Amino acid sequence: MLQTRNLKFTYHHGPSFEFPDVHCGNAEQLLILGESGKGKTTLLHLLSGMLKPSSGEVSLNGEVTTSMSNKELDRFRGQNMGIVFQTAHFVKSLSVLENMMLAPYCSGKTATKRHALEALERLNIGEKANNSVYSLSVGEQQRVAIARAVFHRPTLLLADEPTSALDDRHASEVMHLLEEQSKEIGSSLIIVTHDQRMKDRYNNRIVL
Amino acid sequence: MNLLSISFKNLRYKALDTALVIFLLSFGVGIISLMILLQGQITSKFDRNIKDIDFVLAAKGSPIQSILANIYHVDVPTGNIPVADAKRIIRNPMVEDAIPLAYGDNYEKYRIVGTNDHYPNHYGCTFAEGRMFEKPFEVTIGSEVARQTGMKVGSTFTSMHGYDNAATSDPEAHHDHSPFVVVGVFSPSGSVIDQLILTPVESVWLVHEHGTETAAGAAEAAVDSTLAAQAPEREMTAYLIKKRNKGAFGMLSKQVENTTMQLANVAVENSRLMNNFGLGLSVITAIAGVIMVLSFISIFISLLNSMKERKYELALMRTMGASPFRLFSLIIVEGMLLVLLGVLVGLLLSRTGLLILSSAMQDEFHYQVNQLAPTGMELLLVAGTLFIGLVASVIPAIRAMRVDISKTLSNG
Repeated sequence: MLQTRNLKFTYHHGPSFEFPDVHCGNAEQLLILGESGKGKTTLLHLLSGMLKPSSGEVSLNGEVTTSMSNKELDRFRGQNMGIVFQTAHFVKSLSVLENMMLAPYCSGKTATKRHALEALERLNIGEKANNSVYSLSVGEQQRVAIARAVFHRPTLLLADEPTSALDDRHASEVMHLLEEQSKEIGSSLIIVTHDQRMKDRYNNRIVL
Repeated sequence: MNLLSISFKNLRYKALDTALVIFLLSFGVGIISLMILLQGQITSKFDRNIKDIDFVLAAKGSPIQSILANIYHVDVPTGNIPVADAKRIIRNPMVEDAIPLAYGDNYEKYRIVGTNDHYPNHYGCTFAEGRMFEKPFEVTIGSEVARQTGMKVGSTFTSMHGYDNAATSDPEAHHDHSPFVVVGVFSPSGSVIDQLILTPVESVWLVHEHGTETAAGAAEAAVDSTLAAQAPEREMTAYLIKKRNKGAFGMLSKQVENTTMQLANVAVENSRLMNNFGLGLSVITAIAGVIMVLSFISIFISLLNSMKERKYELALMRTMGASPFRLFSLIIVEGMLLVLLGVLVGLLLSRTGLLILSSAMQDEFHYQVNQLAPTGMELLLVAGTLFIGLVASVIPAIRAMRVDISKTLSNG
């Protein structure tokens, strides 16, 4: 369960944001909708602990992440969250499978190559496991990114604008995959987007 | 998946950058290590050849040349000296021992040196086969000579006139009437004896008397004319002198004055020689040092660039749970991997260079420098290189550690 209270963030010499409290129960799905410049990405970074708020707190599964040290936070994030970014990014020098294995290596969670391969199979990309990531199409890359975010079974799956670069068909496919995968592993799913196409998929939503 | 394999794959991914850095570094390390090996081996070889010889009594000329010719056998001698004159000097009680050397012929570029058993005994030579030469035209050969010419006890050969001109096609230069017979082969001693053919002094005198009797070609006659004209006055190329007590040089030099001879002080001439040689090595080492500095700068820049390029990757690894210290380690490991590869290739290069030089020196002077084992100085070089490599990696590594993930990812 994710809960925030009175989150505020001010950029150095920049805009300042005040966010409504966010609540997302276990295995629930939440859409955070907002125009550009409303601080969507800022909020996602606050939720994932990549940024520390000026005031307020974030807690996940009863642990207050905002009071952790950077190192604890990196570890906590790696173990409990999976993040899918707007454009998929990888370590260029590594293959698809190696990029997958980088996640458990970084978080210290145990996951075997078999787990990684199974996750790729579920997303119909198993046959590309040994390819270079940059030989894949954008859609395939996004699927690998989803597989990477879910296969170590995080309790919270965060997606930052996962569909904004995609056409309707791919957008709904990606949304479908995110929903399906988070259900499969029983994690909460929070999607941050400005994509109005997504609005009607969710009852549970916050508009910034 | 571990730091080493990720670093390795990163280096492989940007193979061209990696190759450039390794190339520069290995060049610097290679040259410096080659200088270390060369200096060490040449000085130790020279020291072994000097071995307690204090002076060289030879014909007037360049004292350095007389050392190079008579101790190291890498130059032609300054001329000949009359035995009768030389005897007056070496009978001086200040002289402990005087080893006679008479030479002017070769066999397949290996000098045939007329001497007595003091010469090999001075270098502690032992026999691999056979015995010491005793009678004229008996020879005992050095280990290198045996190895290169394939001669063994019982082999015979005829000499060529000159110091190292085996390739001559001039039939007149050939002393075909005086066959030498091998009666012994020395074990390798690491001294100049390894590359010499030793025989009693009389052999050398007899070969040349015979040569002039048969009225050989003009070239030989010219060289031998002094000998022919002054026969039966015997001549010697040089004497290697061991002194009995201090102050001998001054005393003996005085005695040599107003003769055709000169006394060269081995220690003085050798240090002059080593200074010149050392200066050459210093210049080359300085150039290699500059290459090393460039290579460290290139390591620094290459790591810094790759870190900037991979900022997003590093931030990504952080979001997946990697600690800042792990990213720091990743860059350090990458830097050290580069340095290690550079050092390894460098040491390989220096060995290759040494073998090439050794075979060139073998052809030119019969000198070998082929000890490939790493020396203490080289270990110091390796340790120093690794350390400076570490220093060059630290700043990029610290920057990797401090990557602002939020900022990096929102700009991505």
